[in-house]
Amino acid sequence: MTRGSQLRGKTAFVGAATFGCGEAPGYTSIEIAAEAARLAIADAGLKRSDIDGLFICLPNDFLAGLTIAEYLGIRPRMTNSSRTGGSAFLTHAEWAMLALDAGLIDHALICYGSNQRTGAGKLVAAQAPSPFELPYRPNNPVASYALAASRHMYEFGTTSEQLASVAVAARQWANLNPDAFRHGPLSIEDVLATRLVSDPLHAADCCLITDGGAAVVMTRADRAKDLRQTPVALLGAASATWHIEIAQLADLAVSAAQESGRRAFAQAALGPSDIDVVNLYDAFTINTIMFLEDLGFCGKGEGGPFVASGAIAPGGSLPVNTNGGGLSFCHPGMYGLFTLVESIRQLRGQAGERQVNGAKLALAHGNGGTLSSQATCILGVPDTV
Amino acid sequence: MTQATPTTTYFRHLAEGKFLLQRSQSTGEWVFYPRMLAPRSGATDLEWAEPSGPGTVYATTVKRMKPPEPNVSIAIVELDEGPRMMTHVQSIPPEQVFIGMRVRARIVEAPDAGKILVFEPDSAE
Repeated sequence: MTRGSQLRGKTAFVGAATFGCGEAPGYTSIEIAAEAARLAIADAGLKRSDIDGLFICLPNDFLAGLTIAEYLGIRPRMTNSSRTGGSAFLTHAEWAMLALDAGLIDHALICYGSNQRTGAGKLVAAQAPSPFELPYRPNNPVASYALAASRHMYEFGTTSEQLASVAVAARQWANLNPDAFRHGPLSIEDVLATRLVSDPLHAADCCLITDGGAAVVMTRADRAKDLRQTPVALLGAASATWHIEIAQLADLAVSAAQESGRRAFAQAALGPSDIDVVNLYDAFTINTIMFLEDLGFCGKGEGGPFVASGAIAPGGSLPVNTNGGGLSFCHPGMYGLFTLVESIRQLRGQAGERQVNGAKLALAHGNGGTLSSQATCILGVPDTV
Repeated sequence: MTQATPTTTYFRHLAEGKFLLQRSQSTGEWVFYPRMLAPRSGATDLEWAEPSGPGTVYATTVKRMKPPEPNVSIAIVELDEGPRMMTHVQSIPPEQVFIGMRVRARIVEAPDAGKILVFEPDSAE
């Protein structure tokens, strides 16, 4: 394959790790992130001193890049703590791709960690409250996603049962993942029987709040092939920002994933029908439906019937969130990096019982704010480059 | 002397019981929330003007509260002039608010947020 961007396949993921997913009592967010980072560097067969590009967010440390450099004992040439919400880590991969390709850095570390379940006990929000939303005390983020869901239902006839089927599929995948925080049977009726939080979203339509950390290591393709793991190529990476407050999104049933997906696919010279496994940021069940539509895996407005058909569950035509997602695997506040880690594991064939047989191409998609920032990465095994 | 900024001016009007929005004199674009420039045209010739008041519910949710606290309406209303805003639709149960419902702006006293803008079903229609 020779078409696509000149950046296609120039860089690769060579290390990946998670740490403390679920509950990590007593650990600080920095400790969780640092341990995930150490494990990912070891997974790659690299040394800490090899890392010269550092990309990180922590829940409430806006200078996290400085913190983690000192903590790990490294002196990166490039430090980036840019924040776009939970999508940040996929935008970090985009920046790392550019910096690696330009020769500014040789090995990039992207990491995250949070103790918000056992530490804070609730979701830690990084978004500054808007003076124009605050007087109405919306129960954000759920209220904003519920408003989008109300609009999707109004425009396309999407139902609560269809939303629930997203949570059911996520649980079925989680039941194949020993590291998932939630296991056990879950039916559509079970989801609908949980309490309404913000109509139409029930408690089981909302992601978990857990501890957890993740890290990945990237390098240029020429260096990647000599390292410990089979490299996973980055074939396309693109992001888009449309708004921050939900009332400012032009069409509440359409996200900027439409734009980030289109550009990432163009870069990779691929289309949705080429993808074997999808890992996307399912903060709420409506996200999965909207992103599958906006990324082109089904027509606009057809996401509800698509997920209800069983297509995204184990045994379906399009494996989605094979780790169990933010709904059943792990959601430590900013989940984006876990979509990359799971995509890498699937393409390495290291996903155990949940392995998608013969997976060669994966799409990871991150969401930040209230459907505000969207970032898409397309990954492939070596022979897809 | 402190400037009359877009944000402080909006809330000062509200505290005086007036609902005023910015409007570009050259393009006619209505702007909410108040800004230093109009987000579509980039125009900076913004003046304060009174919108007509009615609008339509664009999206709606019910913030479920722990009883005995009553549930709360959280909605996005699109004003007839175009801008959308987050708000409460009041004077009916929040479960009865629906997309497409015609509503009208009203300034009320919030328990701890001073005067705020809410909407009610538009009985004139």
